[in-house]
Amino acid sequence: MTLPTEQFILNIGPLHPSTHGVFRMRVTLDGEIIQDVEPVFGYLHRGLEKLCEKHTYKQNIPLTDRLDYVSAINNNWPYVMAVEQLAGIQVPQRAEYLRVIMGELQRIASHLLAVGSLMNDMGIFYTAFMYMFREREKIIDLLEMVTGQRLLYNYMRFGGVSMDIPTEFLPALASFLKVMPGFLDEYDSMLADNEILLSRTKGIGVLSAEAAINASTSGPMLRGSGVKWDIRKTAPYSVYDKFEFEVPIGSSGDCYDRYRVRMEEMRQSLRIIQQAVVLLPAGNEKQPVPLRLRPAKGETYAQIEAPRGILGCYLVSDGTEKPYRCHFRAPAFINLTVLRNLLIGQKLADAIIIFGSIDLSMGEVDR
Amino acid sequence: MTTAVDYNDLVALLQKQFGKGFTPATDYVEMPAALIAQVAEYMKNTLRFDFFDMVTAVDYSDHFEIVYRLQSIQNNSLASFKIKCSKNTSVPSLANLWLGANFQEREIYDLFGIEFTGHPNLKRIVLWDGFEGHPLCKDFKGKVYDTAN
Amino acid sequence: MNWSLSPNWPGNFWLRLLIIAVVIIAYVMASVIMFIWMERRVIARFQSRLGPNRAGPFGLLQAFADTIKILTKEDIIPTLADKLLFWIAPAIAFVPTLMIMAVIPLMNGLQLADLNVGVLYIAAISAVSAIGVFLSGMAGNNKYSLVGAIREIAQLISFEIPMVLALSGLVIACGSMSLSSIIDAQNIPFILVQPLGFAIFMVAILAEINRTPFDLVEADSELTCGFNTEYSGMKFALLYLTEYSEAVVGSALITTFFLGGWRGPWLPGILWFIIKMFASFMFILWLRGTLPRLRIDQSMKLAWKGLLPLALINLFIIGLKTVFFPDLSRWISVPAYIVISVIIIMLWAIFMRKERQSFGA
Repeated sequence: MTLPTEQFILNIGPLHPSTHGVFRMRVTLDGEIIQDVEPVFGYLHRGLEKLCEKHTYKQNIPLTDRLDYVSAINNNWPYVMAVEQLAGIQVPQRAEYLRVIMGELQRIASHLLAVGSLMNDMGIFYTAFMYMFREREKIIDLLEMVTGQRLLYNYMRFGGVSMDIPTEFLPALASFLKVMPGFLDEYDSMLADNEILLSRTKGIGVLSAEAAINASTSGPMLRGSGVKWDIRKTAPYSVYDKFEFEVPIGSSGDCYDRYRVRMEEMRQSLRIIQQAVVLLPAGNEKQPVPLRLRPAKGETYAQIEAPRGILGCYLVSDGTEKPYRCHFRAPAFINLTVLRNLLIGQKLADAIIIFGSIDLSMGEVDR
Repeated sequence: MTTAVDYNDLVALLQKQFGKGFTPATDYVEMPAALIAQVAEYMKNTLRFDFFDMVTAVDYSDHFEIVYRLQSIQNNSLASFKIKCSKNTSVPSLANLWLGANFQEREIYDLFGIEFTGHPNLKRIVLWDGFEGHPLCKDFKGKVYDTAN
Repeated sequence: MNWSLSPNWPGNFWLRLLIIAVVIIAYVMASVIMFIWMERRVIARFQSRLGPNRAGPFGLLQAFADTIKILTKEDIIPTLADKLLFWIAPAIAFVPTLMIMAVIPLMNGLQLADLNVGVLYIAAISAVSAIGVFLSGMAGNNKYSLVGAIREIAQLISFEIPMVLALSGLVIACGSMSLSSIIDAQNIPFILVQPLGFAIFMVAILAEINRTPFDLVEADSELTCGFNTEYSGMKFALLYLTEYSEAVVGSALITTFFLGGWRGPWLPGILWFIIKMFASFMFILWLRGTLPRLRIDQSMKLAWKGLLPLALINLFIIGLKTVFFPDLSRWISVPAYIVISVIIIMLWAIFMRKERQSFGA
């Protein structure tokens, strides 16, 4: 005979150790099985798109940093690319290579945080997290050497980057590139075959390829489901067509595959940085551009492969010095659509793991 | 390399299916708002544009323009559409065709006030439920904006 | 050297009772403070950071600082909480741990009561502490605590049976349930004589004391502290104390049953007891710093499908040996059983892994 049970509504968040920011999920639970999920967010909404309309083009660059604050350099890039397309500004080659080096360093740092937080959610009491943050500190030190900032860099400008690299940067980068593969191997030896980790992530949160494409997911979520779609290969921007690297894809679309895709992407980023350092030409780091830039009237769209997915910027200009409309296609916001489908039918303990494997950054979700 | 479709060819194909009303431009096709649901279904099922990249809205003072970007992962191509709709009208929703349109249309409703008919859960998404007004419209006079400049 | 306490003291047995009770409570409190210090420093070193090093030399007075902080916090009782249960649950959780320490000999003769049903007493009392945890989860009128409390009961029931069966193997080998005779029978520590029993008991006691990888009861990345979410002030201090005194008791049980208790050459028994207890706690800490946690259904599957059959096999083999080979030389039986245990555990691990792969989760 079955006992009568009641469903109850549990509020996970907004103040919770594992929701990666201020995010709230109202789950309806029957015992431990989730029956329904309602994601509620907007706690970090700052009206970024309206603010962009109030400031000049150059004043908006630090605002874009605050989109995905975990990987800040990549957020400047589509905005700067869009303005350069509208205003017809050419970027010198040295600046392009510098952008690639900084962007890929930031991608490694962002993935370290993503994987570290996932391990933390799984219960490894901060050990894997602290090891990954040890490497992230090395990367942040390198970025501080160039930009002077540790988290929100404000590095790119129209026509290049804001400052050239100092002389001590390249030797420091070379020594980092020598030790980092060893650390990645150390993480793999600790985590990749861990029996408990395998049983917590394999088969959990399976997202099929058709569902992933239909839900407009991008980045490691899409690639973890087996779809080989990486903007750096399919629509190369900047100088990415000059590098040789692979795009790792998963096979079954579960949390384990997404975690492996992130780990492999870090190795490929190291490859790209090594090639970029070799190919780095001499030259200016930026093209001189008028202070109050007035791009031609029109509209354009630029997209890059950010660590969380496809980050795009749709820019409409009306010929004045402030944008008429600036919209950011935020990958984390769109990847979040699929959360409800992934969680229904899973247990509460898995919900946190699945949510961690989607890898959100609330600055992007709420803008 | 993701190539945009040839918009003249696309317009010819669509006009054969759905009649007049399509205007090609350099990188988008403009079409009447009423046809968006059928055209979207045609694009998804027949022309295999399975990846719904982005939808966003722009407020020109007397009308809204809604911009769609569709991509086809198999053919590595992209197509972009625009519809013009006047204020206080509603537009058919594409959330039932592509799940990816769901949150983005809710955001447009929240920040612009454009209603999407047929959307499964059209509520405010980034602002709280009791908020009055739609901030991204150019004539929004909220507490912050009528004291500054 | 023979360090031991005689069982006959002046003043009947009330003086002995009083003094040994005070000694045990002091020992548990001191061990708890040392364990808290060890936990924070050792796990910090695992994580390539320092750990507390400001309060006193090497951060030794950190526990005192924390205690003062907790005691000066406001004692909040939620309005809709069940006041009696809320008030009494931490006490119900804490007292059984002291009760278990009453039968564990710290030194030869330093034992509050040498019950001749010691093992049965321990198995019975260890479950009462979990009732306290469950009540504290229920009384707080908080859904997170309730989820934690429900998980606690499920886990407790699942792991109680393999634990008792592993202990039954010990009882068969010694012929007595009294703890001091179990220690007397350990000329070779039972970790070598019954390795399979040790493995089962180790896993089961980790689950009983809610430590990683079984700390899903208070999973602080899912449930924000589980059953002690609503507590603050002295009641929280009592629950925090319970967690560590359960760890003390767990280490003490492992020491007594499998490592030989207070026995050892040259040093007084109490020092050997402390050394062995700290060694087992270091192992428990090592697991906390390295392993992720299991989900409730996975941990129950481990208990019912993994540990219970192994415990029965263990009991069967020990019974066979005791009945049919009672005089088998130690030189043969100990290595033989170690090899047999390793083979059985490996086969069972392959079986459990195939099951996981076939079910996908």
